[in-house]
Amino acid sequence: MKTIKTALVGASLLTLAACGAPEESRDVSGFDRVYQNTLMNALLDAQPGDVIEIPEGEFIIERGLSLTVDNVTIRGAGMHHTVLSFAEQRQGAEGLLVSGVEGFTLENLAFEDTVGDSVKISDSTDVVIRNVRVEWTNGPSTDNGAYGLYPVQSTNVLIDGAVAIGASDAGIYVGQSENVIVRNSRAEYNVAGIEIENCNNADVYGNTAINNTGGILIFNMPNLPRPGAGTRVFDNDVFENNTSNFGHAGTPVASVPAGSGILINSNDDVEIFNNRLSDNRTAHVIISSLYTSGYEDLGVTEGFDPYPEAIYIHDNIYSGGGGNPDGLELQALRVALFGPTGRLPGVLWDGYVDEEKMINGSLPDDLRLCVTDAQVVNADAPNGFSSPHVADSALFDCTLEPRPAVELDL
Amino acid sequence: MIRSLLASLCLLCLLCACAQEAPPEPPTPTFVPDGRPEALSDWGQLAVGGGTLVLGEAVTPYHLATALFTDYAQKLRTVWIPADAGPAGYDPEGAFDFPVGTVITKTFYYPRAGGGFERVLKSNDGMAHYTDRQIDLDAVRLIETRVLVHRETGWETLPYVWNAEQTEAYLSRAGAFVDLTLVSDAGEEALGYMVPNVNQCAGCHETDTTDGIGARPIGPRARHMNTDFEYFDGVANQIDHWSEQGLLRGAPPAQAAPRNASWQGEPPLIGAALDEAARAYLDINCSHCHSRTGPADTSGLYLEADEPVGPHLGVCKLPIAAGRGTGDRRYDIVPGASEESILTHRLASVQSDVMMPELGRALDHEEGVALITAWIDAMSGGCG
Repeated sequence: MKTIKTALVGASLLTLAACGAPEESRDVSGFDRVYQNTLMNALLDAQPGDVIEIPEGEFIIERGLSLTVDNVTIRGAGMHHTVLSFAEQRQGAEGLLVSGVEGFTLENLAFEDTVGDSVKISDSTDVVIRNVRVEWTNGPSTDNGAYGLYPVQSTNVLIDGAVAIGASDAGIYVGQSENVIVRNSRAEYNVAGIEIENCNNADVYGNTAINNTGGILIFNMPNLPRPGAGTRVFDNDVFENNTSNFGHAGTPVASVPAGSGILINSNDDVEIFNNRLSDNRTAHVIISSLYTSGYEDLGVTEGFDPYPEAIYIHDNIYSGGGGNPDGLELQALRVALFGPTGRLPGVLWDGYVDEEKMINGSLPDDLRLCVTDAQVVNADAPNGFSSPHVADSALFDCTLEPRPAVELDL
Repeated sequence: MIRSLLASLCLLCLLCACAQEAPPEPPTPTFVPDGRPEALSDWGQLAVGGGTLVLGEAVTPYHLATALFTDYAQKLRTVWIPADAGPAGYDPEGAFDFPVGTVITKTFYYPRAGGGFERVLKSNDGMAHYTDRQIDLDAVRLIETRVLVHRETGWETLPYVWNAEQTEAYLSRAGAFVDLTLVSDAGEEALGYMVPNVNQCAGCHETDTTDGIGARPIGPRARHMNTDFEYFDGVANQIDHWSEQGLLRGAPPAQAAPRNASWQGEPPLIGAALDEAARAYLDINCSHCHSRTGPADTSGLYLEADEPVGPHLGVCKLPIAAGRGTGDRRYDIVPGASEESILTHRLASVQSDVMMPELGRALDHEEGVALITAWIDAMSGGCG
């Protein structure tokens, strides 16, 4: 079967080849090299409730930092005034690793040029990341670390006012977590701007995703300890996410077409509304199943639901975009349906439906894909893209119960 | 004039006395219930003197069937349980249930290569120059000793770094880098040996992030311990010996206990021996994180010895958050094609965001990579 994947692989090779040399990283020759020991010892000796204040300044950090103590706050003097540079990092897969804590706040500082992930927080509860910048200062490059802000397997996570730039996977990534808010943040020049993966109960709002390969991703991946469902994406600006995919082959995001605004993959119960989407060259919203994500049923554990269901897309504002989709097959599809100068409409759907759940030819009301603010193109992936078409809008003319807001007491 | 002559004679005498000093008496082990003793000798598990390292009284040395790779370091492992604390409880799966008061140590050292203190030998031996409860310090360089102590509040990790005089190891909670030159027949290579900080200790030793217990021992599990050891009074299986010595209760006879293969860097094997060695290697090197309860359960890759062959073992499994770690390869394991498998890429890498394990080595383990390469290449199938 021909899939979007094969088209995408071809496309990413082309785009990678087209990428110019990355810009230079920030010059750190004048940065302080002494303070790092003070900071490392403060993290090792921290007691619950401590506030570790990092002064204004630019500091070289050569080893990955770690924290395992509850209720610690790490606070700088501002995301442009307190800078931890890992440009000369000798050791550690992350810039900062926080694991197994109840209560953690990180605020008002920047992490630059980590070798791997920038800030990883695993297996924790009540996590607040506020006004933190994570950046690879050389701009988008496959050699950059994978994730910027990376809470995983955590409960009650708030990311507020963050900035993430240049991650070779996701700038802001929340995985396998419960009760999540990502708001008022900015993600640019990442492969994925903001990614919510295998999470339950997440709100993503008030953010700007610009110049990423894909702006906001709502994914559910197989083979993980927990599946996820239930996300709202609203009041975001999702503009010009057209940067060529610079992800590593083999990673899930490497198959994201450049020019994707909001991308839902295999995830259920997602509400997307009141967003402003403009000039995303492939499509503003893509709804896809596992089968077109580059993941086949081979190597997938049983019981995984590969179909996106209960998706409700309404009241978004779309402008431009869709005129130059990434990948030869999608280009062919665009030309075939809309002519050489035409554009794909707001929503692109791969066309996979779980036949076993169908009743009288359609999904039960509470599992439907409802799109009331844009045309939907059905790419007809299940039939090898043989007859893609603009879907009958009546098929998507439905509403779902609005999702409740995520409540965090942090 | 005469005085200075006498003084030099005296110095000579002292030097003679030094060279002929006998090994120290075995120290008396101590459980320190709280605080952070500054010197390793405060624990009484080991003592050095007269060019010899000796074990404390009733301190039991042990080794593992297949061991974690740590930059070709030799490892002297010991356990001591206070006489009144009772034996450890046997567990067929997890670490033995050691009583409060237990002190476990692991001393990392290298055979000296000669020609300078930093020059040490690269080898796959496990406990070179260890014999009869002693190590000859003229032949080796001690790097660090890690103490794992079971206190009322749980297991604590305390890393001690040996001084240049090799007379004492001092607590170094922040860890350290030790610059070495590793010498072998193939030549010399620089090694920035890393002593972990206490948080990094927990990074491996917190093998279950779900039960709230925190750090705990990794090696003393039935399947790693079920192998022979050359004790002072003869060779015995370690599980049987521990049972006889009252260190372990509830254990079956060794032949009825789980057993991982014993592999010490031998060239690639074939058939069942290859499979068993590879699974033992992945188990001890990876499964402290890559298990259903470990910190790397985020990946869905589980490498314990009893994990069935399937996607969770990595077979045709796509990565989740590997980033650059994929090496542009698609699956963790492609049966029959190690050169297409992420697993071998990450084992062979020394780049900090690519290499696996993430901690505990700066070099690649050539023999280990060869083992896993042979294991994957011997599989049949492919990933379609």
